[in-house]
Amino acid sequence: MAKMTLEELRKLRESSKQELERRDNSGKDIHVIVGMGTSGIASGAKYTLEAFVTLLQEFNITNAIVRQTGSMGLDHAEPTVEIRMPGMPDTIYGRVTPEVAREIVMQHILGKRLVDGHVYDRPSKDIMG
Amino acid sequence: MHERLDDYILDIFQNAVEAGSSRVEVELDDSDEHIRVLVKDNGPGMDAGLVRKVLDPFYTDGVKHPNRKVGLGLPFLEQAARQTGGTFRLDSQPGRGTEVEWSFPKNHWDAPPLGDIPRLWLSVLNYPGQHEVVIRRRGAGIDYEVRRSELREALGSMEDVGALALMEEYLRSQEEKE
Repeated sequence: MAKMTLEELRKLRESSKQELERRDNSGKDIHVIVGMGTSGIASGAKYTLEAFVTLLQEFNITNAIVRQTGSMGLDHAEPTVEIRMPGMPDTIYGRVTPEVAREIVMQHILGKRLVDGHVYDRPSKDIMG
Repeated sequence: MHERLDDYILDIFQNAVEAGSSRVEVELDDSDEHIRVLVKDNGPGMDAGLVRKVLDPFYTDGVKHPNRKVGLGLPFLEQAARQTGGTFRLDSQPGRGTEVEWSFPKNHWDAPPLGDIPRLWLSVLNYPGQHEVVIRRRGAGIDYEVRRSELREALGSMEDVGALALMEEYLRSQEEKE
């Protein structure tokens, strides 16, 4: 792979954007929010974030954004990820390794079924810290 | 304590953005027998008393985590750097900003591994906010500079999946040795 220039990056983005606009005009309705507090970082949240970018691209899920947030208060279950999308309840998943990220993309986002064993709830405010 | 150097960098970078900086510079150089990192911001800075306190593991400002009694980012980093025979420097001036610079000798038993650098930059650049980030990277056969504003202009978004996938490809290509 040769070193890419900013100009090449811009052109690639332009051409893929045009392609996307033809296919989808439904807006960015899938939000993948990765917990990147200190404990998230320490348990590999960078791998999780990268895995979602790669997987969503791989499955051609173009109406998605990937964002970071701080600790969700579930430090024992890091890395944590919240998925918000139409047709599914807002869901927080814990212990999301790249392998679990694949299950979430295939089962939750594409199949609209919760992924067993990884569903967590936000702790109440008074025990968050 | 973090396992890899890229995790320390992300942690210290987040401190800089959370302090309210509009510009953060991150330099990573492993072109010789040391790995050197500099994180420099133009945030509110700290006075000498606060600089001493943030190096104490049992200090935290209590704002982000009201019930937490420790703030371990900088103390752990200082310890990790010093126990490998490396260096650690924290300079800050109120109203001017903060610089954290540290180094590890590469061949020390306890020096943390570098980690995956393009993956680190992806997380650094995707961190939400309007701030500028300037990344300067040097290594054996590697020399590049990346600006968040330029990538944002080229990609139109720092969160859209298609944009992030292209950005990662771009960052990986920059790490290619000359």
